[in-house]
Amino acid sequence: MEDNYIESLTTPVTKNTLTTKSALPDENLKAKMSTSDLSVFYGNSPALRNVSLNIFSNEVTALIGPSGCGKSTFIRSLNRMNDTIDICRIEGAVYLDGLNIYEPSRDVVQLRTQVGMVFQKPNPFPKSIFENVAYGPRIHGMAKTKDELHGIVLGSLERAGLLDEVKHRLDTPGTSLSGGQQQRLCIARAIAVRPDIILMDEPCSALDPIATKRIEELITELKAEYTIVIVTHSMQQARRLSDKTAYFHLGSIVEHGETAEVFENPVDERTADYVRGRIG
Amino acid sequence: MTELAFKGPEPDQLRRRHRAEKRFRSIALLSVWLGLAFLSVLFVIVVTSGADAVRQTKILLTISLDSSEFEGGKGSGLAQIRKANFEGLVKRSIRNDFPRAKSRKQKRELAKLVSSGAAYEVREFVEVNPEKIGESIDIWVTASDDVDMLLKGKLKRNMPADIRQISDQQLIWLDQLQAEDRLETQFNWTLFTKGDSREPEQAGIAGAMIGSLYSVLVCLLISFPLGVLASIYLESFAPKNGWTSFLEVNINNLAAVPSIVFGLLGLAVFLNFFQLPRSAPLVGGMVLALMTLPTIIIAGRAAIQSVPPSIKEAALAVGASPIQAVFHHVLPLAMPGILTGTIIGTARALGETAPLLMIGMVAFVVDLPVTFTDPATALPVQVYLWSDMPERAFAERTSAAILVLLAFVGALNLTAVILRNKFETRY
Repeated sequence: MEDNYIESLTTPVTKNTLTTKSALPDENLKAKMSTSDLSVFYGNSPALRNVSLNIFSNEVTALIGPSGCGKSTFIRSLNRMNDTIDICRIEGAVYLDGLNIYEPSRDVVQLRTQVGMVFQKPNPFPKSIFENVAYGPRIHGMAKTKDELHGIVLGSLERAGLLDEVKHRLDTPGTSLSGGQQQRLCIARAIAVRPDIILMDEPCSALDPIATKRIEELITELKAEYTIVIVTHSMQQARRLSDKTAYFHLGSIVEHGETAEVFENPVDERTADYVRGRIG
Repeated sequence: MTELAFKGPEPDQLRRRHRAEKRFRSIALLSVWLGLAFLSVLFVIVVTSGADAVRQTKILLTISLDSSEFEGGKGSGLAQIRKANFEGLVKRSIRNDFPRAKSRKQKRELAKLVSSGAAYEVREFVEVNPEKIGESIDIWVTASDDVDMLLKGKLKRNMPADIRQISDQQLIWLDQLQAEDRLETQFNWTLFTKGDSREPEQAGIAGAMIGSLYSVLVCLLISFPLGVLASIYLESFAPKNGWTSFLEVNINNLAAVPSIVFGLLGLAVFLNFFQLPRSAPLVGGMVLALMTLPTIIIAGRAAIQSVPPSIKEAALAVGASPIQAVFHHVLPLAMPGILTGTIIGTARALGETAPLLMIGMVAFVVDLPVTFTDPATALPVQVYLWSDMPERAFAERTSAAILVLLAFVGALNLTAVILRNKFETRY
């Protein structure tokens, strides 16, 4: 389904007032987010084919698979970041709390405050640390006063485990931090708008092992409050962090389930080869 | 057996490569020096010939302001002062200095030593100091352009008398004035405060400067917002389809259209269709804006493209609308590049003559323009006009006008550098 991005913005729908409720299979009701027969095309070439996956609350769902298998396309279709790509076309549905996010009446801005995202390469705004975190709450009018905004920023930095390192230099540029700190700043920026779900697209691929460890600890802590979907190339990371794992291969999900199951007793030959390091 | 290991390129080949490197470097260096040499030759020529225009020869006259001269006309105060015959006062004063000049021809030659503008200078003095009426005043008045040329050495004394603009008798008078310290060159305020004139010693570039300033202002006010918005639309919002690429191709081609064509367009649309005033900086600025627009759009798009897409994605991911993402994050980062393009376009517009000719900004305008619809001319047009004048004194003024134009362009570029640095160090 191709959606006119700007048009959908002009018809804002506030939280909890959605009137249309698309049909959703019963067994998926427990899921925080679920996709059903999701297919994504870039032009005429398909990137994802009929992917159906459930993502549950307060769990870490890891998406693994070789490069070019559609993991990033999948995670970007969960908060409609693919909308920015002109030639991208989407079929099927993605449900968030039982409502299809690709419904034409759906407001993308509101969706993205519910589904935050952390990117592969740390991408802080070239502004101060404070401004980086304050930007989201400010444009959404989440804080009435300066003090309130300050509270949100400090709280977000605290939860991202960055506050102790930066509290004395909140006005220095976010870009002056180290790579690991920048990535935690991006996480703080994402949680500042109080999303339900945080999508992470290989958040540690540009970081050294120490910084990676800090992020992983952070993800484990954040799990209590948020639903996390993480794309990773590191099998160990998926195993350490995640509750559920989905293995992508050439644009479809080959196998998904409990992380331990997928790693210990993979049903599919291709999954077995991948998780045991025979390929990839 | 294994293959033999590669031991590096042959020494011969290596030498050839190094030679090619050296050759290329020296050719590149040569072209840089050649460009610099041409530039400095140009500067030396313009500066040396323009420097003289900054000074103007003046003659000290003693003028007796008889109160009887100021009683003839009706009314009082300024009105009465303006009625007085200042030309006669000046002539009488210089004749008093050289009472031996009796014949008509000699009297005419005597009067020709001072500029015809001298009478206005005396009038201005009296208007400011009306209490001096009835007294005798000493006042420096502008000498004629021929006297000026003589004092600056551009008119040679040893030229044959029949082709020399100054007669032998005039030379004697001038020598006498000089001996009495009543002939000297002073700073040429006229050049920077007055409008155009047929007499070189009374001609100034203030009118052209104001005209240029107004035109460029109008040009900037129109082309900058339009150009920035157009580039934002094309880069961030336009759907990728045939219509958009058609637009893009046309904008790129527009940048290469000869400027006189824009002038014709302005003539047909702004003057003939919309009936806007002729020779006005408003219309000039609008025509220059048409010309500058494609440059700004192209530079703006390049600048927006060079902002990493990850910044925009980051903004979108926290729920910024596309317009917020562009205006809060992409545009500030693209601003230095956009400004550079704008200044380059504006500097080009500042030096443009052809489109202004078509909309009548080539007129002979004496009064300084005050509003945007007053008739005016522009600096490059003034250069073009003066370079056509037969009087020798206009040659140095042409060079001076070129220098002022270059200073304008330099100031614009400096502004661009300052603005760019300001925007870049903000982060």
